Amino acid sequence: MTLSPLRPLLAKTSLFAGVIVLAGCATPGPDGIADPYEEVNRGWHDTNVALDKAVIKPVSTAYGTVVPDPLRKGLSNVSDTLGIPGSVVNDVLQLRFGDALHNTARFAVNATIGIGGLFDPATGMGLEERDADFGETLYTWGMGEGAYVVLPLYGPSTERDSLGLLVDIALDPVGNLLGNPEKGYKTGLKVADLADTRYRYSDLYESVIYDSADSYAQMRLTYLDNRRYELGTPIVAGAGAADQEAAAFDIYEDFYE
Amino acid sequence: MSDFAFTRRTVLGALGAALILPQSALAFSSAQAESLIDKAVADINAIINSGKSEAAMYVDFEKVLVRYADMPNIARSVLGPPARSASAAQLRSFTKAFQAYVARKYGSRFREFIGGRVEVNSTQKINSIYDVRCTAVLKGEPPFAISFIVHDKAGKFIDLQIEGISLLKSERSEIGAMLDKAGGNIDKLAAALS
Repeated sequence: MTLSPLRPLLAKTSLFAGVIVLAGCATPGPDGIADPYEEVNRGWHDTNVALDKAVIKPVSTAYGTVVPDPLRKGLSNVSDTLGIPGSVVNDVLQLRFGDALHNTARFAVNATIGIGGLFDPATGMGLEERDADFGETLYTWGMGEGAYVVLPLYGPSTERDSLGLLVDIALDPVGNLLGNPEKGYKTGLKVADLADTRYRYSDLYESVIYDSADSYAQMRLTYLDNRRYELGTPIVAGAGAADQEAAAFDIYEDFYE
Repeated sequence: MSDFAFTRRTVLGALGAALILPQSALAFSSAQAESLIDKAVADINAIINSGKSEAAMYVDFEKVLVRYADMPNIARSVLGPPARSASAAQLRSFTKAFQAYVARKYGSRFREFIGGRVEVNSTQKINSIYDVRCTAVLKGEPPFAISFIVHDKAGKFIDLQIEGISLLKSERSEIGAMLDKAGGNIDKLAAALS
């Protein structure tokens, strides 16, 4: 194996080493949220909502209406399958070898019996989806969440997860093996997958984005609560497992005061 | 079709709770917390598969909320500090408007639950609350986690967490933003909610 696929990755990581240092510094407020860039974030949030209204919503609605459900599901499955090798790399970086094996088997089953990932027979065999990303790897390595950020187009994230996203894009094991134009097809599948998700959950998504009194605050809370839950983020630095658990329920302690 | 699978364990747990209830009327137990949520979930499963109109389902949801959740205190909690300076009558009318709003808002989400079911898995006591962990199994979706937070004091649930997203925190933020828009006037906020 040559190091060539790693070179752009290394270049990008050193570029963002500064972000790592910054990410450790953001101090959360009493609500457990660190949002020093709120003004800029709100600007991007508004832009993203306008973009959703003008482009993403009509395109995903058209895609959802024109393309039949089984085909959309199949294309999303292919996109998911192409993402599995990236998860395996992150599983290994997190020293989760059981998950690495699980995901490798999942990839092998869906790529073969699942006809190149169109179908997902692996889930029925107990090899369900177990995503891993570089943001999670950074968390496992002890990096702090950093400040909340809203990325253009992509939406809610944190400093740690934005860095993770960049690394995952650079890392992309399947994409780096593919030449042109296959790499473009893979991106196309990813876009189709996102459009399918936007269409499938449009009621839920729109109730948050368009019906909230403060959709920015709702998105921020939903993203952070869900992401921390996914990661099992410790709430009290350096405390034991029992204390962590209790801290997660602190918001209920003064409920009757 | 029975959409709520009573396991032997939960039935025994509920039975056990009923048997010890007279002796320990003061202290709420894990078994009681779990049997409360067993009943709430059975009621919710019955509503989502009742085939009723959406408007009728919202009315039924509101009844479930009033029976199993501590709505007056949830309403007070989402208002935050402004609740302290509100009169009892104001709080009552806000609670009424708030519970109808919650039934409508989340009731419309439950449409996606039709044909699915919620299973109660386990209960864990953390200080003065019980975390009753459930799994929602919906058609064509990977299962996801729901937690009912039952408080010792009221013997009712005070929050619902879906994959870590707390509805209490979410509504604190949302009602806070609505109260700002209403110029801090609780009566105006209550009117806007209904």
